[in-house]
Amino acid sequence: MYTAADLRKGLKVQVDGAPYIISEFEFSKPGKGQALYRCKMRNMITGNQLVQTYRSNDKFEKPELEERKMQYLYCQGEEYHFMDTQNYEQIVIDKGHLGDSVNYMTDNMEMDVLFFQDRPIDVSLPMFVNLRVTQADPWAKGDTSGSDSKPVTVETGYVLQVPPFVEEGDKIQIDTRTGAYVTRVKE
Amino acid sequence: MLDLQGLRFRAAFFHSLRSFFVRQQFLEVDTPIRQPLLLPELNIEPLASEGWFLQASPELCMKRLLAAGCGRIFQLCNCFRKGERGRLHLEEFTMLEWYRTSGGYEDLMADCEALLGSLLADLGGMVPCAVSNGSLRVSGGRVISLHPPWDRLSVHEAFVRYSPVAIEQAMAGDTFDQILVEYVEPHLGVERPLFLYDYPVELGSLARRKDGFPHLAERFEFYINGIELANGFSELTDSHEQRQRFARDLELMDEERRLRSPMPERFLQELGGLDQAAGIALGVDRLLMLLMGKESVGEVVSFSPADF
Repeated sequence: MYTAADLRKGLKVQVDGAPYIISEFEFSKPGKGQALYRCKMRNMITGNQLVQTYRSNDKFEKPELEERKMQYLYCQGEEYHFMDTQNYEQIVIDKGHLGDSVNYMTDNMEMDVLFFQDRPIDVSLPMFVNLRVTQADPWAKGDTSGSDSKPVTVETGYVLQVPPFVEEGDKIQIDTRTGAYVTRVKE
Repeated sequence: MLDLQGLRFRAAFFHSLRSFFVRQQFLEVDTPIRQPLLLPELNIEPLASEGWFLQASPELCMKRLLAAGCGRIFQLCNCFRKGERGRLHLEEFTMLEWYRTSGGYEDLMADCEALLGSLLADLGGMVPCAVSNGSLRVSGGRVISLHPPWDRLSVHEAFVRYSPVAIEQAMAGDTFDQILVEYVEPHLGVERPLFLYDYPVELGSLARRKDGFPHLAERFEFYINGIELANGFSELTDSHEQRQRFARDLELMDEERRLRSPMPERFLQELGGLDQAAGIALGVDRLLMLLMGKESVGEVVSFSPADF
C-alpha cells in the first residue's frame, strides 16, 4: 500500500484496477490549505493518460508487476508466441498488446516481458535492432530529383525511410524508440 | 549545495531584510523553535521532537510577546512542516514574520511593497540578481515589474474570473484549495506582484473578521509569478472567538489525524490583553529563489535534503 506521501515521478500505482506509471508529479499546498499531490500518469496497458489530484489521506495499491526474460519464437496471425528462458513455459501475446514492438521483433530475439497480475502487458526491446532489407528500389545513380531518402521494407514487414544507397539484402540498424534508421551494418 | 556566490547573495539578502526592519524601529526577536504544544492548524503536519514539536511558525510566541506590549517585532527563523517537499517546499525552510501593533492588513501590504523596494536597492547590482531597473526576469523570458503599487484582487473576484465554479460551491464541496491551485494561482502576479485578499472566514483561523462582512477574514496572500510568497492578516484579538475556533480545529485534528495537543491556554489568556495587531509570514527561500532567477527553493538554501 502506498500513501499520497509516497507519490513521485516514476512510481507505479494501481488505480481502478489498472497499473499506472506517474510521468509528472507536483506537490502543492496553498497557504495553510490542504496538501495536494498532482499526478500525470499513463495506463501501462492502454497507454491512456490520466491527470489526477490526490490528497493526504488517499491510498494506493501496489500493482502486481513482474518482469520476465523471454524469447520471441514465432507469430501465427495475430498471436505472438514467447518462451520463458528460465522455465521454458510458453505464452501467447496478442498483437494489440505489443503495439509498435512487432515492427522490430525477429524470431528467437530475447526481450523482457512485463506481466500485470500474471497477464503479459508489454515487452521492452533492446534500444537498437538490426534487420534485413527485403525490398528496396534500386538507387538510380545521377538521380536529380533531389530526394535524400527512399522507403524500404525490412524482414518484419515494417516500412521506413532510409538513405538512397541502402539496397535490398543489406542489414540496417533501427532505433526502436523512434523507429528511425540509424546506420547500415557491415557483415 | 549553494556555491560561494550564492552564499554571498543569500547573506546580503538576509542583511537587507534585517536592516529594513531595524530602520523602521521593529525589534528583532528570537523565540524557541522547539515547543511543548502546537498552534492548532488543520493542514500542517508537525515534526515531533522528544515529545515536543519543532515549530511550524513562530506565530504563537510572537503574539504572546505582542500581547506583553513589546511593540512592532520581526523574526527570521527556521520552521518545519512534515512531508512538505517539492519545487516550492522544503520540510525545513526559512520564515520571516513581522507584526505591527497598530493598523491592519492593508499596512502589511504597504510593508511588502516597501520591503521589496528596499531589497532591490540593496541587491540590484549583485550577481546573480534576476532584477534590473525594478523588473524581475522569470523563466520563459517574461518580465515582471516590481514597481508599486501592486495589483489587488479579492478572493471572490478571483473565483469569478478564473474558477469554473463559484466560491460558495468550492467551499461547500471542499475544493477551494484544489481550484485555487489549478485555476486561480497560475494567473496571479504575472505582470506585477498581486495581493489576493479577503478570504472566507473559515480559512483564517487566527484572522479578524472584516467589519461589515462577517463571512470574510481580513487575510491576504502575496503572489509573484503564480507563486505564493506571504500570508498576512489583521489578528483576531477576541480570545473567546479564538478559543471556539481552536476547539473546533483541535477536535478535527484528533478525529482525522489522531494528533493531540492541549488548548494553548496561556496564549488565549494573554490574547485578551492585545488591542489591535496585524502580522505576516513570508517564505524567505521562495523570494530569494525568484530574486536569484532559480526554479526551486532547494537551489537557494546552503544545503537541501539532496545534498546529504
